[in-house]
Formats: sequence, structure tokens, C-alpha cells
Amino acid sequence: MAMNKKKLLTVAAAMAFGVAIQSLIWLGVLNAYYAQVLTTMSMFIILATSLNLINGITGQFSLGHAGFAAVGGYFSAIITTRIAPPLPGPIVFLVSLLVGGLVAALAGFLIGLPTLRLRGDYLAIATLGFGEIIRVLFVNWKFVGAAAGMWGIPGYTNFLWAYAIAVLTVLFIVNFMNSSHGRACVSIREDEIAAETMGINTTRYKVMAFTFGAFFAGVAGGIFAHLIRLLHPQSFTFMFSVEILLMVVLGGLGSITGSVAAAVLLTFLSEALRQFAELRMVIYSLMLIGIMLFRPQGLFGTKELSVDMLAGMKSKFKFSKN
Amino acid sequence: MKRKSFILIAMLLIASLLVTACGSKPAEAPAAAPAGGDEGPIKIGGIYPLTGAIATFGQSSKKAIDMAFEEVNANGGLLGRKVELVMEDNKSAQADSATAAQKLIQQDKVVAILGAVASSNSLAAAPIAQEAKVPMVSSSSTNPAVTEVGDYIFRAAFIDPFQGQVMANFATNDLKAVKAAIMTDANSDYSIGLANVFKDVFTKNGGSIVSEVSFVSGDTDFNAILTTVKNAQPDVVFVPSYYDTVGLILNQAKNNVGFPENVTFLGADGWDSPTLFELAGDAANGHYFSNHYSPDVDSPEAKKFIEAFKAKYNETPDALAALAYDTAYMVFEAIEAAGSADSTAIRDSLVKIDLKGVTGAIKLNEKRDPVKSAVVIKIEDQQQKYFTTVNP
Repeated sequence: MAMNKKKLLTVAAAMAFGVAIQSLIWLGVLNAYYAQVLTTMSMFIILATSLNLINGITGQFSLGHAGFAAVGGYFSAIITTRIAPPLPGPIVFLVSLLVGGLVAALAGFLIGLPTLRLRGDYLAIATLGFGEIIRVLFVNWKFVGAAAGMWGIPGYTNFLWAYAIAVLTVLFIVNFMNSSHGRACVSIREDEIAAETMGINTTRYKVMAFTFGAFFAGVAGGIFAHLIRLLHPQSFTFMFSVEILLMVVLGGLGSITGSVAAAVLLTFLSEALRQFAELRMVIYSLMLIGIMLFRPQGLFGTKELSVDMLAGMKSKFKFSKN
Repeated sequence: MKRKSFILIAMLLIASLLVTACGSKPAEAPAAAPAGGDEGPIKIGGIYPLTGAIATFGQSSKKAIDMAFEEVNANGGLLGRKVELVMEDNKSAQADSATAAQKLIQQDKVVAILGAVASSNSLAAAPIAQEAKVPMVSSSSTNPAVTEVGDYIFRAAFIDPFQGQVMANFATNDLKAVKAAIMTDANSDYSIGLANVFKDVFTKNGGSIVSEVSFVSGDTDFNAILTTVKNAQPDVVFVPSYYDTVGLILNQAKNNVGFPENVTFLGADGWDSPTLFELAGDAANGHYFSNHYSPDVDSPEAKKFIEAFKAKYNETPDALAALAYDTAYMVFEAIEAAGSADSTAIRDSLVKIDLKGVTGAIKLNEKRDPVKSAVVIKIEDQQQKYFTTVNP
């Protein structure tokens, strides 16, 4: 009971923070550039935490996240541009995100069923191939603009949308992790054979994690489409998957708060280094190499950052002072 | 203990983000009022792919733009003020183009934006410029949709359909061709767009398309499709694709498949690169492509530009450099003509622009696309030779 109350408070505080930031944006205190960067951060939080569900928590090495984001992005844009039901914008947007997420989840399910029987490198290669197949399908699908892409997508995404969905995603994944399903997923990561011996239906849980991860990637794709207002198959190349994977590894495989921190940090870095022009990506890469050298387990390892932990640190600090 | 300190560092970084995000605000609020006020340099933004897939295009554009800004400042600037270039890298990506546009408009308060190169990048930046009412002039985006975004979006290059039309008319009128084959890159909207227009115009001219085949960029073996094309016995083969693929196609057509000497290959601005000759060697000789400009064009503007560029960078400028240079001068002229560095005033005088540029006379039609001539280049002895100019 106490646990739930604390969680509720945390979520409420997080939401209040989001509303406060959005109010600043509406008031013009934070300009459109900050809004764009903060929204991008929130989008990457969704992508990184959902990939962490697959890669970090369940231990299945997937490189297909860009593919799921593409599916979600395209299908949500189809709802808002090609179908465009005569409803208020926010409702259309919500429906489109849900549809995008569900189609991506379906894709995740269909891909996961056969490929999750593979392990390690083989799975990585299979998901990489899948991501490319998805991209090539969109390149050749005339209804969504084929190689030219889709443009004129309404800009429904604002910071609050992306942020609220990011909070919900984190909440969902944390709850999932602490449920019996989540424990089963963790046990698969730790030792698949032992987990199977314990009576865990490993394929079922792997597909479950994969499908959930794909769902959130799809939703993030929808947010991306309505933020950039343009979809182009070139946006969803293998490099996009790598960018997300980087956040997961940097934050710590298996640490949700780590993924959140890494998503925020990397998006921020990439913007903060703008003044270095051509050297930007070099510096960025060097920093990544540095972090991985000195912190190979990721910023947070498999640890989670929580209110309890902060309180614990504070009391310890006090204790050591005495 | 060590781990804890790392967590602390990470948290500090995040906290510093919030501080910078919120903290930089107050200092900026007063500056927000006069977008391009009366003092200080006139700020003009640039969004170019300095890194990523099409970085060579971005780099060569940037060189020409840097040169244009230096020239203007050496001549006393505009309206008695210096001009300042704020160049942003978009990593050849859509999302970064949008962010860069926001940054230039909101943070740097630029009065106009130059760029981007790829149409998909320009399409991501254009809605932002349009909403903020900051004119944006793309130097080399050829997709017609770019300027359709709104009345603040312009371009310096002719659009894709025009090149297809130029080459179709060239095939009919100059080469007296009646049978054409088309090879398209199914992955590229540029290639498909040009091929469609070529087909329409060529058939309207009384010719017939005897073979249509497609490949995808990244393919390296074209023997099979080239054999198909050869068996259809065309007079000309239109290959609207990029130099890396075209080089291989020309090489294999001559050396592997044995195309007869009288079959001419035609292409468009995507052929413009020395790499084409590295890949094709002798096999490139005798073929033609359309382009925005040729270093051999005998106009005073082009001569002056090429001389200055060679002196500064010790290389011959390509079409992207020429277009970027013209783009910068379009904005300079517009500012001079408007007599003001106000974004809306610049837009209003851009509409009426009449510039004698390096790539020809630039006048815009009602869609804010330039009406200008294209050059046809013939490849002789692995060199680009100016062949003719085709007027719209």
C-alpha cells in the first residue's frame, strides 16, 4: 500500500513537472527550439526504455527498433493524413498513436515468433535484416510516397504529449519488470536453460517482451512523424537503431532510469556540441568511447535510481558525517 | 563509492541541462524583439549536410557560401552592415534539419536561411521557416514539393521535371533518337521522377520507349539488365541516377555487354562527379548529361566565380558550389533591394529577384521556382565538355 502511494506520488510529481515545462513553452519563456529538443528527448526516452525491455531486461539482442518505429510512424501518419477522420486533432492523434503502436506490436509479434528462437548474434542479425526489410517496403509502397516519403503531416506533437507518453512508458516498463512476467524475463536473461528448467515458457516471455517493446517503439515513431512532419525511409536506417541501442548500453543494460538518463544526456550532447560544426560528431563519438572505457557496464549498470535510493544516500551521508 | 560518484556526475549533467535550458532564457528575452534589428551584423543561417551520407555536397556548398560572405563583407557588407553566416550541420538527416531550423530562427534570430541540399532535408526544415515567416532558399533541392510548403520557401535550382524534359527534347532534336530505353533506380524518388517526365515528353515528341528496367542503388552487377536493354535496340538509354551507379553501368555496358558505338547514354545532374570517370574510364566517352552549370560556360559571372574559387580552394567548383553561391547572392540582392534586413521585406523582394548568377539568369515563377536554362554536357576523353544550353 505504502509502495503504491509512493509510486503514485512520483508519477504525479513527474506529470506536474511536464505540465510546468509545457506551460513555460506556451508562455514563450522556453522558445520553440528548446521545445523541439525537449520533445526529442522525451521521444528518445520512449525508444530507449522500450528497447531496454528487449535488450536489457529480457537479454535478447535486437537491432530492429528503427523498423518498429518506422511501422508506427507510417501507420499513425496514414491515420492523420490519408484517412483524417473529422474529429478534434488531439483525439485523431491519440488514435493514430495507438494504431501505430498496435501495428508495430503486431509486426513485433510476427517477427518475434520465429526469430526469438535464435540466440545472441543470430537474433541480432535477424532483427537487423527485419529492420531493413521494413525500410525497403516503405521505399516501394506508393501509397505512402515510396522513395520520396510523406510530407505535410500535421504537427500534433508537442512536449506534453511526448513527455506524458514517456512517463507512461517508464511506468509500464517498471511495473512490468516487477511483475511475475518481468521476473520471468529477467530469469531468461540470466540463464535461459535454467529458466526453462524452472518451467518458464521462454519463447512466450521473449515474444511478450518483444511485442511490448515494439508497441512503444511504434508510438515513438508516431510522435516522431508528427514532430518532424515528414516521413522518409532514410530516417529509419540501421543507424537509427544503433543510436537507440547506444542509449541503452550507455545507460546500463537493464536499468530503466539509466536509459532515461542516457536518452536525455545524448540528445543534449548532440545539441550542445552544435557550435563545433563538423567536429561535432567526432567529439560526440570520442565522449562515447571514453564513457564506455571507464564505465563499460553503462552509467547506471543494472541499478535503478529511485527516491528510496536518494533517501538512503542522504542518510548515509549524514551518518558518515557524524 | 566510485559508482555513487558516477551516479552523482550523471545527475549533475542532467541538472545542468535543465539549468541551461531554463537559465539562458532571461538573458534572451529582450533580444527577441527586433528580428534582425538595425545594429550589428545581419545574420543569415545555413543548413547544410556537413557530415553524413551526402557530406561531399554539403562541404562543397559551404565553401562557396563562405566565399560569397567574404566577398560581400570585403565590399563593405549590406546596407552598411556586415553579414554573418551561422552554419548548421544537419548530418544529412531529416530530424536534424528541423532542429537546426528551429535553432537558427529561435536562438540566432537569423533573417533568412540558406539550404538544405537534399529535398527530404529541406522538406523537414521548410514548415518551420514558413511558420516563423523567415525566408528559406534551398540551393539544390529539386523536388517540386519543397516550395509548395509555403510562400516563404524559395530555391535556386531548377526542378526535376525540367531536367527530364530537357533530356527528352535533346534526344529527339539533337540526337534524332526515336527509340529510347530507361533505367531507373527504384529506391530514389529523384530517379523515378526524372524517368517519368522523360517518358512523357519523349513519347509526346513521337519517340517510343522500347525498354524500361530498374535497379536499386548499391547494386554492382548490371550485366543482366543491360543485356535486356541492348536486345531492345534503343538509340538512347536514359539513366537518371547518381555517379557511383552510373559509372558502373557505363563500364559494364561497354566492356561486358558490348553496346554498339551508336547507342548514347543520357543522364542528369547526378552524373556530375569525377568519380564517374574513375569507375567508367573510357566507357563514359560520348555520352551526355544535363547540369545546372558547366565550368566552360562563357559568362562573366561564371568566369569570375571559377577564378575566385580556384584561387581560394585550389579546385574547380562543381554545380553544387555554383548553386550555393547563387543562393547566397539571391539573399544578398534581396536584402539590398528591400533596403531592410526584415524577414518579410526580404521575402517580398526575393519574389521579384532578377539575378545574373553563375548558373544563369535567375528569375522566379509564381511557384517561387527559378525559370532558368540548363546546360548539356558531353563527356569527351574523360572530361566534361560544355555542349549546349537549353532554355526553358
